[in-house]
Amino acid sequence: MLVFEIVMVAMGAVRANILRSVLTTLGIVIGIAAVITMVALGEGAQERVQAEINRMGTTVLTIRPGQQFSMGVSRGDAEMSIEDAIALRVESEGLLTVSPEQSSRLQVAYKRWNSNTQIMGVWPEYFDIYNHQLQAGRFFNQGEVQGRRRVAVLGYNLPETLGDTPPEVLIGETIQLRGIPFEVIGVLAEKGDAAFIRPDDQIFVPQSTAQYRVMGGRDRLGSIYAATETTEQLDMAFAEIDRILRREHRLKAGEDADFNIRNSADLLATFNETNQTFTMLLAGIAGVSLLVGGIGIMNIMLVSVTERTREIGIRKALGATRRAIMTQFLVEALFLCVIGGILGVAAGYGAAEMMTRIAQWDTSVAPGAVGAAIGFSAAVGLFFGMWPARRAALLDPIDALRYE
Amino acid sequence: MGGEGTVSDEAIIRTQGLTKHYVLGAETVRAVRGVDLVIERGEFVAIMGPSGSGKSTFMNMIGCLDTPTEGQYWLNGQLVSDLSDDQLARVRNRQIGFVFQTFNLLPRATALHNVELPLIYAGIGSRERRRRAMEKLELVGLGDRMGHKPPELSGGQRQRVAVARALVNEPALLLADEPTGNLDSETSGEIMNQFEQLNEQGQTIVIVTHEHDIAQHARRQVHLHDGHIARDFLNEVAESTA
Repeated sequence: MLVFEIVMVAMGAVRANILRSVLTTLGIVIGIAAVITMVALGEGAQERVQAEINRMGTTVLTIRPGQQFSMGVSRGDAEMSIEDAIALRVESEGLLTVSPEQSSRLQVAYKRWNSNTQIMGVWPEYFDIYNHQLQAGRFFNQGEVQGRRRVAVLGYNLPETLGDTPPEVLIGETIQLRGIPFEVIGVLAEKGDAAFIRPDDQIFVPQSTAQYRVMGGRDRLGSIYAATETTEQLDMAFAEIDRILRREHRLKAGEDADFNIRNSADLLATFNETNQTFTMLLAGIAGVSLLVGGIGIMNIMLVSVTERTREIGIRKALGATRRAIMTQFLVEALFLCVIGGILGVAAGYGAAEMMTRIAQWDTSVAPGAVGAAIGFSAAVGLFFGMWPARRAALLDPIDALRYE
Repeated sequence: MGGEGTVSDEAIIRTQGLTKHYVLGAETVRAVRGVDLVIERGEFVAIMGPSGSGKSTFMNMIGCLDTPTEGQYWLNGQLVSDLSDDQLARVRNRQIGFVFQTFNLLPRATALHNVELPLIYAGIGSRERRRRAMEKLELVGLGDRMGHKPPELSGGQRQRVAVARALVNEPALLLADEPTGNLDSETSGEIMNQFEQLNEQGQTIVIVTHEHDIAQHARRQVHLHDGHIARDFLNEVAESTA
């Protein structure tokens, strides 16, 4: 029997029971749509984080104070001071670009506008480390850090927050940080969100000014940022920082470090792991719904075989072999499932698009997932169509012809 | 092939000790008990017998729908009593044309497609299929009903579609099981006349029936009783078959 004829017969059977076929296929459509949407969500989240981390800089190491242990008992958070930052800058001999960070949320006032904003006390190198660009004015320099000058560089969103004032107009204006007047010398270009920080909403001032004039002389740093030229230098930088800070903190060899060095790649890896677990879980749930859809297909195929027992008898009497009958019913199941798969991919794609548009969730439909989904639905069709098709093929023609 | 399985004579059907036993619950039903029968090429035979005589079982074996418990059956020179299911399917497809009491047409397919069906399983290309199916439908006088589906046709027309379907593969044997059982007497006569014409053109025909006037259209009658051949005789030459 010619393959084309088999396909025509199978399609004819699907068409003849169009409502039943549509309802049966719905199980597969929903299953595949769920898989596609879930994978698109996971994929989208991953791409977003990847982009954020790339924006944050892949050569940046973040050093934070860790817990200090003594004989296994925590003595509270260790401290990191400006001395540590200076030591890193001086002793790394050009390997590291270093900036300390001392930050606090403070009230910012400009004319009649007020805002609660993250104030970052940093060195000029900070702008270099995170590759910040200016849209107006200038960065502050090392001399202004030395002189504890009251100058401020505003993040991209600040002009809007401060009364929608154009950035050019803000340059040279005075703003108050906790009542202390600062001169605005620069406004940054848009950066976008980088993982866990929102640089567009921050105000940058010299670290020394922050320490002595705004934060009351406290010299505890939130973090120290250190960047290398290339990602290949990261391992070496890691060792250098460890060596320098251990000496600064007078730690004995073998003693646990009282600081953490984090690399943005580590962050990415951690996130990916979590994200993957989540995606697998969702895909698993979607898989269960596909299984249920497959059982629906099997059920309807069994009904179809029973209903068409007489037809099978006629075909067998006229010379249809077992294989011809089996192929006919398998193609029918396969046809239902693949159509369901294609519709499911379309529906999943649509759902992912809607989530992006309405909920602003990042989604990304991978071509591999589309291929896998259609392939999988075909496999479901073959697997769940096999038993009914075999039953049809093994029918005795005499009994089948007598069937009413 | 050839060899011992092949008998080179003019017999279309040759059975030797053909036997069929069924196990029905605890009982063994001996439906056919050693039938020896030869039907030559070009014969028109009616197989008769009351219900329970084993004629249906015998017909199923003759039609290669069933295999005997014992004995041999040669169809058109080929030993078919030992073939597998799929081999039997191919024999049915190429050697036998069936006409059933209940027509057994596919209700959703057109007359033309119904007639094409055996050719599909024979692997014949669509253009040739169409040509042959149309030819046979013309032959049975349904050239203008090819696009109709069985529910749109009368009983007689349906049976003629079935006859066209039975003939489309140019079978060695036309096997009809109570072909007029669901038809009124006038239509029955038409169908039987069709059979007679076909037989005159050399078609070997075996019909299974329990109606004597139908059997009268054949040239030979074989009566089965309790699984044996009770009587086997030639009909008086009727005035219509001149």
